[in-house]
Amino acid sequence: MSADAANHDAHTPSIWDWKRWVFSTNHKDIGTMYLIFAIVAGIIGGGMSGLIRWELAEPGLQVFNGTAFGGFFGDAQSYNVITTMHGLIMIFFMVMPAMIGGFGNWFVPLMIGAPDMAFPRMNNISFWLLPFAFALALMSMFVPGAGSVNGFGGGWVLYPPLSTSGHPGPAMDLLILSLHIAGISSILGSINFITTIFNMRAPGMTMHKMPLFVWSILVTVFLLLLSLPVLAGALTMLLTDRNFGTAFFDPAGGGDPVMYQHLFWFFGHPEVYIMILPGFGMVSHIVSTFSKKPIFGYLGMAYAMVSIGVIGFIVWAHHMFTVGMPVDLKAYFVAATMVIAVPTGIKIFSWIATMWGGSMELRTPMLWAIGFIFLFTVGGVTGVVVANAGIDASLHDTYYVVAHFHYVLSLGAVFSIFAGWYYWFEKIWGVKYNSVLARLQFLFFFVGANVIFFPQHFLGLHGMPRRYVDYADGFAFWNGVSSWGYLIMLVGLAFFFAVLIDAVVRRRKAEANPWGEGATTLEWTLSSPPPFHQFNELPRIK
Amino acid sequence: MRFLTALVLTWIFASTSALAFSVPVDGALNLQPAVTPIMERIHDFHNLLLWIIIPITLFVMALLIWVMVRYNTKSNPVPSKNSHNTLLEVVWTALPVVILIVISVFSFPLLYYQEEIPDADFTIKATGNQWNWTYEYPDQGAMEYLSIMIPEDEIQPGQYRNLSVDYPLVVPVNAIVRLQVTATDVIHNFAMPAFGTKIDAIPGRINESWFQVTEEGTYYGQCSELCGLGHAFMPIEVRVVSQDAFDAWIAAEPGTDESNAVIAAYEAARDTRLAQLD
Repeated sequence: MSADAANHDAHTPSIWDWKRWVFSTNHKDIGTMYLIFAIVAGIIGGGMSGLIRWELAEPGLQVFNGTAFGGFFGDAQSYNVITTMHGLIMIFFMVMPAMIGGFGNWFVPLMIGAPDMAFPRMNNISFWLLPFAFALALMSMFVPGAGSVNGFGGGWVLYPPLSTSGHPGPAMDLLILSLHIAGISSILGSINFITTIFNMRAPGMTMHKMPLFVWSILVTVFLLLLSLPVLAGALTMLLTDRNFGTAFFDPAGGGDPVMYQHLFWFFGHPEVYIMILPGFGMVSHIVSTFSKKPIFGYLGMAYAMVSIGVIGFIVWAHHMFTVGMPVDLKAYFVAATMVIAVPTGIKIFSWIATMWGGSMELRTPMLWAIGFIFLFTVGGVTGVVVANAGIDASLHDTYYVVAHFHYVLSLGAVFSIFAGWYYWFEKIWGVKYNSVLARLQFLFFFVGANVIFFPQHFLGLHGMPRRYVDYADGFAFWNGVSSWGYLIMLVGLAFFFAVLIDAVVRRRKAEANPWGEGATTLEWTLSSPPPFHQFNELPRIK
Repeated sequence: MRFLTALVLTWIFASTSALAFSVPVDGALNLQPAVTPIMERIHDFHNLLLWIIIPITLFVMALLIWVMVRYNTKSNPVPSKNSHNTLLEVVWTALPVVILIVISVFSFPLLYYQEEIPDADFTIKATGNQWNWTYEYPDQGAMEYLSIMIPEDEIQPGQYRNLSVDYPLVVPVNAIVRLQVTATDVIHNFAMPAFGTKIDAIPGRINESWFQVTEEGTYYGQCSELCGLGHAFMPIEVRVVSQDAFDAWIAAEPGTDESNAVIAAYEAARDTRLAQLD
């Protein structure tokens, strides 16, 4: 094995060879590019949330008033552009590339004992479409959208007529093309993962022996494959409504704006599970590794994810309880939505049962994972609240919803990404990281994110609508608190970069398995970083 | 600890008992005070949910703290290899189902109560525009007027920034009002937090809702569906007055300065009366 590895290391191309990256067909290199891409996009999207919290720090217009900083940040419409782009960037260019493209590419082949992905060249195009999609999205911010204001400010959901007649400029067209390309990228990636997982498992690795992270990616890519074409259809109809005189969503021509919302959320709801399922997978491995115990209720965990995926397709209209649906239809969507709490509860309790009786080491990834479990629980129970159409008459489109989905995404998905990041850091980069700095990052993120988002529950309950550049004076206190939370999180981000700089400067050689007996999946049988090509001789699973 | 509890309780009481204010109260923690039967039911239902979700969250937190204390390398050096417990798995699948059924038992009646519109005394039509509202009283002779936010530099004492408008919606107290909502350009949303009313204003369709305000006063709501540049600046102001005042206001043609004078005079008289009562 080690002779083999050395042999292959010999013709590993230099990292300074541009062809290694541009023409890459290696799942690990492509995964690395996805991760770096996600970090870049995350910094841009996170910077935008900084502008949002700055604007909302106190009543009145501070940043987006058309005159501050020489009018650099524009007016209230520019604020709408920033919130829109924050959502789109974080979803399509940060969370998805990090979880599926980054960790998925890196560890699905390693965990199932495969030499690479099934379609290495398609893997290359899946990645390289993304920077172009991202470029189109960023370009859209610098061409006219509504009136003379640059950019599209209609929210990440792109509801017509605001996204058709409401934004006549080319910004929205660029955004449509951007999402089309990002969608193609994801569909190609999904096909690749499905083929890889079904056909390239090492001998002896049956579906029911597959690591849970692989299960989570499998469910995720099925959701992508089935939901993205619907989004693509809706986007294309928007495009032709805008440019070619069709009236799919224009009531004046017999169309219906609500139809768009149904199509969008048929994609959009599976999308929110796409963003969290890989996190479920990662957290399962981390909890098991550091408890030194096998995962509790493995089959239950796997099929809980499958059932979350299936139910995720039949609950979409709970995002639309105020559009004027018939009451019986609302009642159905309430019932279907609440059912999701059951498999989610199974997962939470199974993680705790995995830790129960274990011999836990609270190392950095485990801190993030435990933080994830708690914060996801908070986001989960507020999800049960907003699932009730009756109470949505108060909470729909308020900051309560903002708090809810940031608890499951900004605190759930992002915490699981960092859990995975520190779990596999040594495996990916081949160097150790400074765990003191990484723990400080966790501490500041945990406190900061809670200070940002917990008060938003109060704002939403008291009626503050979301996507407001300026609010009634009675919402000032908790908005101020929330903005202070952002600064706390910013300190945490500084520690993240400190970890990176420390790792680059000190270059302490990583071990093959830094976590000991609890780390049982196949990636830990390889060196850190793994050889350029691994598993030339397939491992056999007992 | 007792001091902290007392502090928190005082705070909750202060922020929810401020019924005199119909505007958002700074530092408030809860829903706005209810002034319609729908909102009262929403309050009750939300209180029930809090009794479910807060204990669940605390339970999970307690379990996490317990496993961190009890099952770490120091206190439990040899991990168990246990990975199955059928009874436990059945319990944590069945128990959430029971809890969800309990929630549904209270959730569905609330939903159907909101959605089934009772026989209304009259109808108001609200039309969302970028960025103001048109109000119409079809049963009172199809009167129609525009309601626009008062800009920040023209705010008078007693008016609220981002909430007060020039010509508010006026309804009589205790009347059952059927609300019809639509829009002319993009989607808006007619939302009144104190009423428990929130309904999309969508071009090309008319959505219906209803409310019955049981307390006189001035109430504020805000557009709740992103509609562009002025999304944050098209509030909804509703004056709930006595039937007599409403009739006088209707007689003076809503949406004119005369009708506003009627309402202003009415409110001044009412405030004097209330002051005398104190």
